[in-house]
Amino acid sequence: MKRMILTALVLVAAMGLNAQVIKIATQSPLSGGQSAFGEQLKLGAQYAVEEAQANFKKLGFDLQLTPYDDQANPDTGVSNANRIINDPDIVGVVGHFNSGVAIPSSEVYKTVNLVMVSPANTNPRVTDRLLANVNRICGRDDVQGPAGAAFAVNELKAKKIFVLNDKSAYGQGLAQAFKDAAVKLGASIPDSAFVGTEEKTNFIPIITQILAFNPELVYFGGTYDQIGPFTKQLRERGVKTPILGGDGLDSGDYINLAGAANATNTYYTTVAGPVSSFPKAAALAKGFKAKFGKDLEGFGIYSYDSAKIILNALEAAIKANGGKKPSRDAVTKAVRSIKYDGLTGLVTFDSKGDIAKADYFILKYDAAGVYANNKVIKSVSVDAPAAPKS
Amino acid sequence: MDTLLLLLPQVLFDGLLLGFVYAMIALGYTMVYGVLELINFAHSEIFMIGSVVGIEVFRSLTGYVPNPYILLVVAVILGGLISGLTAVGVERLAYRPLRKRGTKNRLVPLITAFGVSFVLQDLVKLLEGLWHNEFFLSMKNVGELEQSVTLFGIFIQYKSFILIGVSLVMLGALTWLVGRTRLGLAIRSVAQDPSTAGLMGIDPEKIISRTFLIGGALGGVAGVLFALQYTTVSPYVGFLPGIKAFTAAVLGGIGNIPGAVVGGLVLGEIETLAGTFLPVLTGGAFGTEYKDVLAFLILILLLLFRPQGLLGQIVKEKV
Repeated sequence: MKRMILTALVLVAAMGLNAQVIKIATQSPLSGGQSAFGEQLKLGAQYAVEEAQANFKKLGFDLQLTPYDDQANPDTGVSNANRIINDPDIVGVVGHFNSGVAIPSSEVYKTVNLVMVSPANTNPRVTDRLLANVNRICGRDDVQGPAGAAFAVNELKAKKIFVLNDKSAYGQGLAQAFKDAAVKLGASIPDSAFVGTEEKTNFIPIITQILAFNPELVYFGGTYDQIGPFTKQLRERGVKTPILGGDGLDSGDYINLAGAANATNTYYTTVAGPVSSFPKAAALAKGFKAKFGKDLEGFGIYSYDSAKIILNALEAAIKANGGKKPSRDAVTKAVRSIKYDGLTGLVTFDSKGDIAKADYFILKYDAAGVYANNKVIKSVSVDAPAAPKS
Repeated sequence: MDTLLLLLPQVLFDGLLLGFVYAMIALGYTMVYGVLELINFAHSEIFMIGSVVGIEVFRSLTGYVPNPYILLVVAVILGGLISGLTAVGVERLAYRPLRKRGTKNRLVPLITAFGVSFVLQDLVKLLEGLWHNEFFLSMKNVGELEQSVTLFGIFIQYKSFILIGVSLVMLGALTWLVGRTRLGLAIRSVAQDPSTAGLMGIDPEKIISRTFLIGGALGGVAGVLFALQYTTVSPYVGFLPGIKAFTAAVLGGIGNIPGAVVGGLVLGEIETLAGTFLPVLTGGAFGTEYKDVLAFLILILLLLFRPQGLLGQIVKEKV
């Protein structure tokens, strides 16, 4: 009996050795205040990878996913990136969630021309550095910010706006883009009403400034882990002013942090529409829930598509390489030239690595506090801006 | 600007709230310093543990105890108890062995304190991770405590009254304890001279342990009230209030109990005033985020001209 088990073990080991390992890495915050997003990102990619495993087995490869936790922290992201480039089995990265982490980490991937497809990074500089290995399938803050500004001034009729940001690459960039566009449209935002803060608990001094300024709208370029408690304290002080934010506000956890009643008068622009706006993602949403016991959110779909893009490019590169494992260069080139009809729409990349036509959505938080019922007010499709002249 | 000035009473009141939180944490620093001349940097984690306990009590017991005031009493007692016991444990496991070895170098216990601080942070992170798989905790909404009144144009929530009331009671009790009881007498004598106190029949180790218990309990209660007031808590939430409370203790004169309270209140006011008015006064050139810079700048200036702090005395009269 013992010998049989031993033989079986040796056989399994031999089979494992036979199939060559190929890995896809994800990098996203899996711990900390933004882990709700990070987990969607990881699970979306995981779903795509596990779906493709059978197919890659036929090609003679053992496909695996290696998730990394970047903790929404640039230092951690970069040290993970160094580990990733030193693992020769990794041929592609799905990530990150935070632009401030993606920008320095992608410089590390660049040294070995390892491809990165981002489902969520919206800061213009992610692609404006014209790196051959960096791609994204979502929109940009220099479109998202102005889209929010147009909505604020034209639809919400807000002329006096108080603008906050979290001082990160993402939040500050987005808030600045919003402010510039809103001022152009005729809104009034004096310098003293453009406030940056890394505070996560005590927002009272800022709220007092808001009380004094008495704005018609509060804009916050940041993420839900900060805007949630801010909203709670703001509403507790009796300020009913609508709140507008970017895609960092697009998480069910915002309602938990702010409280359902406080979250109702909140709007946000996002580059990852809700699941309901992608009819093609219905099957994925069902499978996702069955597999992970969690509801699929917008960024999960984008992450799934990002992983699929890498996997399709990888498969093409394997075939072009005569069935052998392709080089990282080959995968990177195959990704840039891909034409992929995904759940979120048609993906082709321009010369910078931006998706040719990105979708932008404006949503309002559900009055009863059910995240899945957040209403899409408007959605637009905008061409990627041209590469910067430098 | 004019509207902001109208809000001045509100700002002063908010500063007072923050100040009481700082004052209660600062007491823990000051008492331990008074007795051991050790800056116990792990105290910010003792505070953090109190805040986490507070949130957990409201989270897990709301279903069983319908009255939020009873719940609050439970949270305050449990928070104070667990934090106090943790502080005693830290003293027992980390600082006492160092004293027993007769370490003369003052840097050694200080570095130990930093180490303990990291250990406690990650321990709480681990426990919360195992329990809820999340460690950024937010306070449950307790309707009764969130209610508010407006007095003289100042918006006050019931929980703010509770914060001030509880802190005043704690401060009064501490003053009485240190000044009027046998335990207080023993603490004061150990602070003055441990070996002579030993000759008088006082066990210095026991008194040091009690000091940690009292300081830790105060920090824990401050944590519970902080969680109630500011609602969001994580294993890393202690660092900034901790460092500010330490500043408050130094500002008031470290080792001096009324000094810690005064220092805390002054710091809370400075921070809130600066956070509110800086951007307006400077036309946005210096934003709200400079409030901490201003608070520390004032500390540096004060120490330049009055190194013993606001209420500190140069003579060696501690606790």
